[in-house]
Amino acid sequence: MFGWIDTVIQGILLGGLYSLYATGLSVIFGIMRLVNLAHGDLIVLPAFLMLALVGVGVPIVLALAIVVPLMYAGGYVLQTVMLNRVLGRNILPPLLITFGLSIIVQNGLLEGFSADTRFLNVGPLQSASLPLGGGIAFGIMPLICLAAAVAVIVLLNAVFYRTAVGRAFRATSDDVQIAQLMGINDRSIYALTMGIALAVCAVAGFFLGARSNFDPSIGPARLLYAFEAVIIGGLGSLWGTLAGGIVVGLAQTIGAHLDPEWQILAGHVAFLIVLVIRPRGLFPRAVD
Amino acid sequence: MAVLETHELTAFYGDFQALFGITFALDEGETVAIIGANGAGKSTFLKAVAGLLPRQAAAVRLAGRDIGTLPAYEIVKLGLSLVPEGRRLFSSLSVEENLLVGAYGRRGEGPWSLATVYRLFPILEERRHTPSTALSGGQQQMVAIGRSLMSNPRVLLCDELSLGLAPIVIRDIYAALADIKQHGTSVVLVEQDLVHAMSVADRAYCFMEGRVSLSGRPRELSRDAIHAAYFGL
Amino acid sequence: MSIDGSNSAGLSAAHSPGSRFTVTRATPASTITLLIAVPMILILAALPAFANRTLLQELFYVFTMLALAQLWNLLAGSAGLISVGQQAFVGTGAYALFAFTVVGGLDPILSIMLAGVTAGVVAIPAALIVFRLRGAYFAIGTWVVAEVCRLILAQVKQLGGGTGTSLPPDVASSMIGLDFVRNLFTVRGPAARDIISYWLALVLAVGTFVLVYRLLRSRYGLALSAIGDSEAAAESTGVDVFRTKLFIYVVTAIVTGMAGALIFLQKARISPDGAYSLIDWTAYVIFIVVIGGIGTMEGPIIGVAVFYLLQYYLAALGSWYLILLGGLAIMLMLFAPSGIWGVLSRRLDISLFPVRRRLVGPLKHSAGEQNGES
Repeated sequence: MFGWIDTVIQGILLGGLYSLYATGLSVIFGIMRLVNLAHGDLIVLPAFLMLALVGVGVPIVLALAIVVPLMYAGGYVLQTVMLNRVLGRNILPPLLITFGLSIIVQNGLLEGFSADTRFLNVGPLQSASLPLGGGIAFGIMPLICLAAAVAVIVLLNAVFYRTAVGRAFRATSDDVQIAQLMGINDRSIYALTMGIALAVCAVAGFFLGARSNFDPSIGPARLLYAFEAVIIGGLGSLWGTLAGGIVVGLAQTIGAHLDPEWQILAGHVAFLIVLVIRPRGLFPRAVD
Repeated sequence: MAVLETHELTAFYGDFQALFGITFALDEGETVAIIGANGAGKSTFLKAVAGLLPRQAAAVRLAGRDIGTLPAYEIVKLGLSLVPEGRRLFSSLSVEENLLVGAYGRRGEGPWSLATVYRLFPILEERRHTPSTALSGGQQQMVAIGRSLMSNPRVLLCDELSLGLAPIVIRDIYAALADIKQHGTSVVLVEQDLVHAMSVADRAYCFMEGRVSLSGRPRELSRDAIHAAYFGL
Repeated sequence: MSIDGSNSAGLSAAHSPGSRFTVTRATPASTITLLIAVPMILILAALPAFANRTLLQELFYVFTMLALAQLWNLLAGSAGLISVGQQAFVGTGAYALFAFTVVGGLDPILSIMLAGVTAGVVAIPAALIVFRLRGAYFAIGTWVVAEVCRLILAQVKQLGGGTGTSLPPDVASSMIGLDFVRNLFTVRGPAARDIISYWLALVLAVGTFVLVYRLLRSRYGLALSAIGDSEAAAESTGVDVFRTKLFIYVVTAIVTGMAGALIFLQKARISPDGAYSLIDWTAYVIFIVVIGGIGTMEGPIIGVAVFYLLQYYLAALGSWYLILLGGLAIMLMLFAPSGIWGVLSRRLDISLFPVRRRLVGPLKHSAGEQNGES
């Protein structure tokens, strides 16, 4: 019994991490209907950047503070220089550009950092836990990660629903042509969107490295978890994405509880089941 | 002094030419109607002027300034706003948010603000937090007009305001248009509804197959002349 | 399955007053192509009599990649189904081959056919799930399906589980026709196996080409180009969009599965990571199609040649080779999305394997017939 309670707690905490993976993807799709196949690799990349900064003596928190704006800038440039050039009805060019980027990032990291498994040393908090009795304990780091996932969503929703720029984002998502008539430059909105998404990727990369091991090859799997969280949650709602992340996290820990080899498979199967019974996700936006 | 003029404006949809050299002028404070049959190029003309279609340089001038190469989001900041055909409100935004987005490309100071738009269309203030999709057609049209006014345009382009609306609602909308005119805004009206268009217009252009087939003051244009210009008979 | 390729040329269309035109797909170049292609295939078939084993092995790789590229091109270029999960069917076909031969004791060549059927059977439920996703999300959905297949096969201990297994030597040497080839060319067993694999790959490549070509020129091709223009419009003219796409998806999966079975029969060693490799069976394949020219029959042929040369000279660079391929793909999408053949055929106005219907004859443009003004 305690084993199951522990499994559920771990699943929800893992869901926080997956939600962080997924939030950027959800924002990108919501605003510009674009799918970034390099998304997972762009979570692993900042983890390595922070690793490199820590390696030269930068404190981990400062490294995070450096890499977040760096990834924001990278996203802005990526969108401006490449993806804005291939906007339109044909989804193949953006898909293949991000696919190419995924391969470049993955192999670039392999060249730069080797295939070795790494982790980010974040100090004594890393392995600390809050005992709840009965052998159940919250890991502090996973708890902070879940809190960060919630904080990121609260922050993004505040931007999208309480600011003029946020209204411009939503207007562009609704009808890009009319948004232009209102004085909104859609391309700069898209560049901001990609910047925001990659900044969130940097936060996700931090927790990826702080919670578990990583190596250059694990990006695509993170993309799939993120994607599953977005679809399970229903497009267009960040809280839905959080719920989707938790569903994937729960499915994985429950699967692992039954048989350690079933962890990843269980997450994928949960996704396929949701797709069959609720193709629009658990929390679809009323107006599509 | 013309606030908006086009000179030999042409426009294309891909390979298909929709406009063949439209020369047009709108004076400060004037209301001009553009009439014509379905497919005459009226909407295309408005879209080309507003910057939604590719067009040639120097073909469109706003207050003397060449706007023929500017994108739509720059043009609105110079004081030209289009109320699009079919309203096209932002569906995930509330009434008030739709209006506020209209202020995104606001040009300096001007008569229009949330308060003055609500004074023009009081019903919108009552429904300010309603999702725009929950409004009636007439109310949606009011939001669309209000949204454009929020940028304080010198020139307001209106595409088929009366489309799909009940006569009594059309009357209200046209009454508001008179108000807007009073604030000194110049208006271009594209209408299929000849009677309404002619009742408020200072001048009218008739389009046929992408060309101007007739222009003049409403009372100087005979029924027969309009008929001929409309249908090419 | 009915593939009707008989209405190939000279189909006369409705006559409108004042303009007479016919719809045709044949071009002078396409007739010449046929005259060159047939002898070329015959020469390739006779190649084992002269060529050494290495060349046959290299060509085996080229032919199988060409077949996979044509299939992906049919999916993405014609049906708009952009899949990054074709490794699902390569791997399933490959594992089915191992299951039928190692566990079932069947003949390898018969097992290749059955492997195709297996992949097709897997494709139906997969399609019913991933077709719920649109556009780019469909792409990632196919990837999830491939991952599910990989993770399930890693659990099958009879086929080696996560580490994989090898084909027992007696399976390969039981192949139909092995003795015949050994006597014909007076070679030893392994060389004879390579020759049979080479022939099978040649049959696969040519067969896939003909299949895709005839499909595109059949009523399915017409339906697909209608769907490509507008799904809603195609639906309203009586095209069953879902069934058409499902048909293409399953046919592609069957042949992809056969290709996978053949590839791993030759490799004689299988593992979940190798059989369901995204890079080997999808990324390379996509690269071949887009560099050659997506949506054309000629594109994959050019693409596979370019890819082979890059692989031959640069694969030793390892990660840098992959970075280069990724960079090339990005540049291509930015500056020449129609690929090498797309650029060439536009410049030269030629089409060797025409699948598009062209209007020939006097054509009068009239403004009234166009839709655009709103």
